[in-house]
Amino acid sequence: MSSDTDETLLNLDDISVHYADESAIMEVIPDSVKARFDWEEQPVRAVDGVSLDVGENDVVALVGESGSGKTTLGKAAVGLEEVTDGEVRYRGTDFWELKENGQIDGTSFQQARKALQIVHQDPSAALNPYRTIMATLTDPLKRWYPDLTAVDRRERILSLFDECGLTPPREYEDRYPHELSGGEKQRVTLVRAMLAEPDLILADEPVSALDVSLRVELMDLMITLQQRFETSFLFVTHDLKHARYIAGKTGGRIAVMYLGEIVEIGPAEEVIRNPKHPYTQILKWATLPSHPDDAQKAIQATSPLRKRDIPDPVDPPSGCRFHTRCPKAREACVDESPEQYSESGDSHKAACFREIPDHQYWQSEHLNEDGEIMIPE
Amino acid sequence: MSEKIKSGPGRTETRDTVLEVRNVEVTYEMGRGRARVLDDIDVAIERGETLGIVGESGSGKSMFASSLMHAVQDPGVLNGEIVYHPEDGDSVNLLDLSTRKLKAIRWEEIAIVYQGAMNAFNPTLTIGRHFTETFEAHDVDPDSGLERARDIIKDLNLDPDRLLEAYSHELSGGEKQRALIALGLVFDPEVLILDEPTAAMDLLTQRYILEMLYEIKEEYDLTLVFISHDMPIIAGFADRIAVMYSFEFVEFGNAREVLLQPEHPYTRLLLGATLDLETPLEATHTIEGSPPDPVNVPLGCSFAPRCPISADRCEAEDPELRAEDTTHEVACFFPNRSVEEIGINTADQRRRD
Repeated sequence: MSSDTDETLLNLDDISVHYADESAIMEVIPDSVKARFDWEEQPVRAVDGVSLDVGENDVVALVGESGSGKTTLGKAAVGLEEVTDGEVRYRGTDFWELKENGQIDGTSFQQARKALQIVHQDPSAALNPYRTIMATLTDPLKRWYPDLTAVDRRERILSLFDECGLTPPREYEDRYPHELSGGEKQRVTLVRAMLAEPDLILADEPVSALDVSLRVELMDLMITLQQRFETSFLFVTHDLKHARYIAGKTGGRIAVMYLGEIVEIGPAEEVIRNPKHPYTQILKWATLPSHPDDAQKAIQATSPLRKRDIPDPVDPPSGCRFHTRCPKAREACVDESPEQYSESGDSHKAACFREIPDHQYWQSEHLNEDGEIMIPE
Repeated sequence: MSEKIKSGPGRTETRDTVLEVRNVEVTYEMGRGRARVLDDIDVAIERGETLGIVGESGSGKSMFASSLMHAVQDPGVLNGEIVYHPEDGDSVNLLDLSTRKLKAIRWEEIAIVYQGAMNAFNPTLTIGRHFTETFEAHDVDPDSGLERARDIIKDLNLDPDRLLEAYSHELSGGEKQRALIALGLVFDPEVLILDEPTAAMDLLTQRYILEMLYEIKEEYDLTLVFISHDMPIIAGFADRIAVMYSFEFVEFGNAREVLLQPEHPYTRLLLGATLDLETPLEATHTIEGSPPDPVNVPLGCSFAPRCPISADRCEAEDPELRAEDTTHEVACFFPNRSVEEIGINTADQRRRD
């Protein structure tokens, strides 16, 4: 815990989010029966002991495979997912305590709720198909700014349409979602988030469903909004190229997640050019180059991963969680887990023994494909 | 198959056409007018090559794929010729065939792996049942069919016992996609059409599927039609590339030429909007505007309204492209101006940086 937490917009302190594995069948079995047969449900450890600070006017891109916990971490950060352990602090105040009390030291829950907004992956699912765009957008404004008149509300919405590239604005207000293209819908969800004048927006795979040329356009819009309104962004993506683009252009950071943990974090271009964690190195390897000769070679290359599939987050591997797939894993990685750093500043860090020059890792034996220790000949 | 044609990147030594598309168009009658969703396409697909089709959603890529099997859904109407040249035997125009004969060619000679592996299987049937139903539909003995299926499944690095017994919800996205590919290969087709085979997949799963497709192509001696919106994937796979915009081919040719010396303004801008991990961030651009409505395609060049170098001629006249016997062709009146005036970081420059 750093002493300047009060200054920090958002401070995630050693947070975990565990879900009970609620299969339909387990839900209908009475607890007494479960207890008798020892059917204790193993929780899914979606996020496990993560610390991360997000400052004012800051951009962090969270990258990882599905099942890495990146979306859960994002949702926990904006208070949409309750944490099992640890604290989520908004400007120094515990978010969940704030929710319980309504107000702590002059900070109201309403204020925190309004400050942390979300843009979803699928804009079609995020907009009510039976209401005009204007009607959909008026609601949150009424909630956040009850004193505004109808004329003021409309003016605010139209001016944000303009900022977000929905021009001419008047042509959009009476439209229904089905009258908008995918890119336009995503712009509307950005307008909705911006109406709250938030401190931070969680953008959950906001461009994955869009066409290639629209992706850059929409990321450019987010970058413009970020710079103009000094809004911080948590940008969740499975694509290293998107992470690099948005974090690189805003001077932000990339945080790489694997099985509920942040394994590497640092300034965008540094993480891309000089990835330290073997997992980040593999994500980089998996990103195809655009030169046809390089791309052709890349496709013919065999994967450096020792195992293809991501392990079950219900029962993550012992030691370093990546050791079952890591091409550089050694005996030392099987039992001992590399220390998670506590986040501070702009430095580039990886949770890997290879970062520690005198770690016993360097003396221990390599693991073979089955995870057995290789006996040197 | 003895006379395998080795196609180095981009060039077949001997011309040996397997599938020929002549003057193909697809139209739909819609309430507000007639929509042309495939516009006068001509292309000769060579045996053993990988033809990459790249374009954005709504450009007509999937319609092109369906057309290759003469499988355009009603009320779409396909006109033109789709001629299949089998390795031995007589060439046939798919549009002349009876339903029964067409059925025999679809899947047995030309197979397709449709987009959306996640929803392709009936959730109430085992994967094995999908295989046996496919055999029954094509009058193949399920037992001998399954034997072949097992070999293919093994080639795709899956356990046949587990896969055939499984229901689709028990499989990961990558496994489902591989099951679909296996289903496409059971009759040893000549041509396999892949419609966005890695869309909506994780980066690592995507790479795995690509690696496997590469091996499968070699092993099964396939002609691939590979459809994707993702430039680097097409760059890695294709011998020749067709760039689609607004239901037609706007640039066509040898993959390296199209990617390294693109001439159509749309191709140039699309490449400029393609992200990778090497290109300086400032060098990435967007394409202004949006594609035309299929009911209301511009009279002249369909890209003219968005084109930075469009001239009067482009609005009056539609530039043609014949993608039959050429290494590089472009549907643009001003390819030289396009190259000079639309500056992009080509992949060669990107690599040098």
